Amino acid sequence: MSSEFAVDIQKITKKYGKEEVLKDVTLQISKGQFFGLLGPNGAGKSTLINTIAGLVRPTSGSISIMGQDVIKNYREARRALGLVPQELLDEPFFDIENLLKLQSGYFSIKNNDEWINELLEVMELKKQAKKKMSMLSGGMKRRVLIAMALVHKPSVIILDEPTAGVDINLRRNLWKFIKQLHKLGHTIILTTHYLEEAETLCDYIAIIDCGKIITQQSKTELLKNHNNKQLEHIFMELIDRETDEE
Amino acid sequence: MNFYGTLMLFYKEVMRFLSVFMQTILAPVINAVLFLIVFYPFGEQMTGFGFSNVDYGLFLIPGLLMMSVLQNAFANSSSSMIQAKNYGNVIFMLVAPLSSFEIMLAFVAGAIVRGILVALAVYLVGGLFYEINIVHPLATFALVFLSSLVMGAMGLIAGIWADRYDHLAGFQNFVILPLTFLSGVFYSTQNLPEIWYQISLWNPFFYMIDALRFSILGQSDIDIFISIWAIICFAISTCLCAWWMLHTGYRLRH
Ligand SMILES: Nc1ncnc2c1ncn2[C@@H]1O[C@H](COP(=O)(O)OP(=O)(O)OP(=O)(O)O)[C@@H](O)[C@H]1O
Ligand SMILES: [Mg+2]
Repeated sequence: MSSEFAVDIQKITKKYGKEEVLKDVTLQISKGQFFGLLGPNGAGKSTLINTIAGLVRPTSGSISIMGQDVIKNYREARRALGLVPQELLDEPFFDIENLLKLQSGYFSIKNNDEWINELLEVMELKKQAKKKMSMLSGGMKRRVLIAMALVHKPSVIILDEPTAGVDINLRRNLWKFIKQLHKLGHTIILTTHYLEEAETLCDYIAIIDCGKIITQQSKTELLKNHNNKQLEHIFMELIDRETDEE
Repeated sequence: MNFYGTLMLFYKEVMRFLSVFMQTILAPVINAVLFLIVFYPFGEQMTGFGFSNVDYGLFLIPGLLMMSVLQNAFANSSSSMIQAKNYGNVIFMLVAPLSSFEIMLAFVAGAIVRGILVALAVYLVGGLFYEINIVHPLATFALVFLSSLVMGAMGLIAGIWADRYDHLAGFQNFVILPLTFLSGVFYSTQNLPEIWYQISLWNPFFYMIDALRFSILGQSDIDIFISIWAIICFAISTCLCAWWMLHTGYRLRH
């Protein structure tokens, strides 16, 4: 297994009962890429992402993160990965700051206060640091999830619709911060339904529909091949064509 | 091994129940006290429960103590797990570099701490009613520890298995509660009809309560070493089962 890839997905299939949610997905994401995973609702984006994070067990196929197999070398693989899940969640017992400390602890990081502080600052959560998650609004919870995913400074960061329900202000700050992380060499994988976001940020794009990857290429190539139309138009064309074929 | 990570998860388990200690420590103690209050006035008149030379109230104490330990150790890991699943925050633990064994260890250790604290509290409160001279302190501690371990692992199994709170409540009401009440908390099995005695031998809690009665009062129905062996077997099988569920990702990693 070569480790020139940040994420190496080989022939992943996932079935829920008879329904095949991922169909033989093979995808390689190079180190340092800003990768956009796009597709309509129910296409299988979150399932694929959760498979990478080990939250979903694939029916067949294998995945490695920074050269580490997510099952065999799960510790190294998990240390290399930060996941911002799509679904909002709750934690009624601990305040935000303590949650971040606990999470650092799970990754055996003992003294992480400096970085936690920085995360709280960037995510504009300073005022919420002593509050419990259940007391926060949806957008604030999203910020906490982003901070939680970054406590261990993972080399690969996956964001599953991070900007859903987030106000303009944070959205700008978030992208600034993510771009900064990208510059520092982190690999970023992003799903979003805001295609302009993907168009401006990502340098590589894959489109998934009905569990199949229907295209994967660099953004410039993708746009060039489609007469430099807007990504949104290209997306609609590709998805339509796919649906017609079925 | 991710020692520090395991320690932090354990710490979280303990802080979780301490932050609601009214429910997790005080409530079970009040529960035990209520039993003692009810039986205290009749203690000396009650006969025929099996032990001739002890007051019935005193006879009750090891059983009540163990009953509190069992229910609370179980409640600790099971509610922690089901809450984590229902609130969705279980993923914080699942994406961390923790092995199935380490997760199990942290949950079970949390349950043991709760079991020991509840035992201590019931013991202290029981001391207000009776002079309790523990005959074998070390064995008493070991039994509280081991029984909490078994129930912590059981709770983890139930918490992973249950999808909703009422599944868990069902498990508690239809399995745990009958087994505790039928395990000899209120009577000695010596006096039971043969068939009921044979059935008691299939009840894991019977061994825990009987052995604890020996370690505290110095008398029991069966040999304490048999009980301890039985408890160790339960500990191994429940831990193996819990570990296996975590390892396969049953109901956690979809
Ligand atoms: N636990 C599950 N059991 C059964 N089916 C599931 C499960 N999780 C997801 N699915 C199905 O898998 C398919 C893909 O879902 P997924 O969440 O991956 O889509 P998505 O591309 O992330 O969509 P969205 O843009 O809405 O987030 C859907 O048809 C969904 O119903
Ligand atoms: Mg999704």
